[in-house]
Amino acid sequence: MSSAADIAKSLQDEFGAAILSTVEFRGEHTAIVDREKARDILAHCHGKLGFDYLIDLSSVDHYGEDPRWELVYELYSLANGENVHLRIKYTLPEDEKAPTVSDLWPTANWHEREVYDMMGIEFDGHPDLRRILMWEGYPFFPLRKDFPLAGRPSEMPDVAFTNRAPLAGGPFVTAPTSGSTVKREPRSREMD
Amino acid sequence: MADSPATSLQHAAYDSKVEGNVIFTRVDSAINWMRKNSLWPMPMGLACCAIELMATGASRFDISRFGAEVMRFSPRQSDVMIVAGTVTYKMALAVKRIWDQMPEPKWCIAMGACASSGGMYRSYAVLQGIDNLIPVDVYVSGCPPRPEALIDGLMKLQKKIEGEASTVAQLKTGAPEPETVEA
Repeated sequence: MSSAADIAKSLQDEFGAAILSTVEFRGEHTAIVDREKARDILAHCHGKLGFDYLIDLSSVDHYGEDPRWELVYELYSLANGENVHLRIKYTLPEDEKAPTVSDLWPTANWHEREVYDMMGIEFDGHPDLRRILMWEGYPFFPLRKDFPLAGRPSEMPDVAFTNRAPLAGGPFVTAPTSGSTVKREPRSREMD
Repeated sequence: MADSPATSLQHAAYDSKVEGNVIFTRVDSAINWMRKNSLWPMPMGLACCAIELMATGASRFDISRFGAEVMRFSPRQSDVMIVAGTVTYKMALAVKRIWDQMPEPKWCIAMGACASSGGMYRSYAVLQGIDNLIPVDVYVSGCPPRPEALIDGLMKLQKKIEGEASTVAQLKTGAPEPETVEA
């Protein structure tokens, strides 16, 4: 097995245009890939390149942009023995399903359930796509950007209920922005 | 127990000249005295407060000095539910169900900021205080409270139980709920 730079290059040789871009930051490589080929690329990383460990699978909500979702896969190789880390990213429109990788890395089973539970992204081919943190029947996806921090009322008789939390004028949150410090600093954001 | 009845029982009359082993008191006082010195907690440990609750039970702080060392993991054998930690909405109805399984008379201590008010979790996932679901007798502040604070809360609960007039009031009115007939 080779270094992270070689791996990023070999991906480009193998998949060509499906690797939209690669980024290197302090020796760690990120490949932004085409979502049509994402599953093949991840299978290639797992099989041929020896990334036997899926550190994490997470999702990002680019609310207001299209495509809205971005899926992020953190790969690592334990068999390799070298400190090689690879991140695979791809975007996904709101009405599409992501391909499951739970058959490649069994740990992805619960990661994908969490992404489904919190963000509402469905995974095609997942063997058991149920909620994992919230209860079955909870009607919202609470990590979406359009979901208020205080929550929304819901009711599942004999199972659970939720209410809005009092926020005293909040939520007092920082917003990632290229604007001034006044815009960035924690202050109340309007909510529904 | 040898010398404590004379000092701690209110309205008790102890006449050593008449009878060496007899004391006179009101039935409420006697029952309350027995109840308050033998509180069996239901440790509802849900988060980091449970660690302090365990410390309170262990040798250094030793909650058995106040008669509350018999932590029962069955609600049917418990008198006081100590809600120690963050009550998520997912857990909330389970806590309520365990509370409903406890026989009367029963009391509740909300230990720490989360159990009292939701604490720092102003969030979609957290119940904003267990008093939304069950009646709380004592709130203990802290995040988490130190064992001394919990013991102070327990002593406040003992003071409260001392003043209850449940027995006589229930006999007179037939009222089933001790909370509703407190003096």
